[in-house]
Amino acid sequence: MSRRRPYVRPMAGWWRRNPHHFLYMVREGTSVFVGAYAVVLLWALTALADGPDAWSTWLATMRHPLAVLFHLVVFVAACWHTVTWFAVSPKTMPPMRLGGRPVPASALVGGQYLAAIVTSGAILYAAAAAA
Amino acid sequence: MNRRRSHEPVFWVLFGAGGVVAALTLPALVLVTGLLGPHDLLGEDALAYGRMRALAAPWPGKLLLLPLVALPLWLAAHRIHHSMHDLGVQVRPVASALVCYGLAAAGSALALVTLVRIG
Repeated sequence: MSRRRPYVRPMAGWWRRNPHHFLYMVREGTSVFVGAYAVVLLWALTALADGPDAWSTWLATMRHPLAVLFHLVVFVAACWHTVTWFAVSPKTMPPMRLGGRPVPASALVGGQYLAAIVTSGAILYAAAAAA
Repeated sequence: MNRRRSHEPVFWVLFGAGGVVAALTLPALVLVTGLLGPHDLLGEDALAYGRMRALAAPWPGKLLLLPLVALPLWLAAHRIHHSMHDLGVQVRPVASALVCYGLAAAGSALALVTLVRIG
C-alpha cells in the first residue's frame, strides 16, 4: 500500500463559476425530473393494471398539493429539455441535405418545433374527454 | 489498438431516442397526467379508469405507451451517469453505469410486464 495519496483535483462548484457551464448543468439536471416523472407514469401503469381502486388512489394522489408542485417543476424542466434538445440538434444530428444543399440549422430547429406543436396538440386533443 | 467493442453506442441510441420522445411529448403529457387531467380541467372523464384501460389494453395502445414511459428513463439514466463524472463524485464509472442503466432497464421491463398485465 502506497503512503502517498493521489492528488484529486477539487471539483466543487466549477459549474457555478461560468454561465455557460451553469446552463450545461441545468440542462443535464432536467433529466432528474424527467426520470422522476417517468417513474410516476410507471406507477400509473401499475395502478391501471391493479384495478379501479388502485387507479382512484393514483388519481387522488395526483391532486395532492405536493404532487401539483412536483408537476409544475417537471413541466418547466420538460419544456427546458425540449428547448435545449432542439437547440443542439443541428450539431448532433447527421447532416441533412435537400436538393444537394445542406438544410439550414434554423429550418431544422423550426421543423422540430412544428413537430412538437403538432404532437402536443394531438396529445391534448386526444386526452380531452368529449363533453 | 483496443479491439474491444464499446457498449456506449447502445446507451447512446436509447439516450437519443429518449431525448427525442421527451422533447416532443413530455410537456403535453405532464399537462394531461399531472396538471390538468387530475383536476378535471380536460373534462370529467379524461382520466377515467375505463377510458385509460381502453387506451392501454389493445396492442397499438401498449406500443404507444411503452416508449413514452421507458425511453425517458434511458435519457435520465445516461445524463445522471455522466453527471456523476462532471460533478466529481468519487464513484467508479462501472458502478455508476450499472446502477443508472440497471434502473432504466428494470423500469422498462416493469413497464412492459405491466402493460401486458393490463391485457
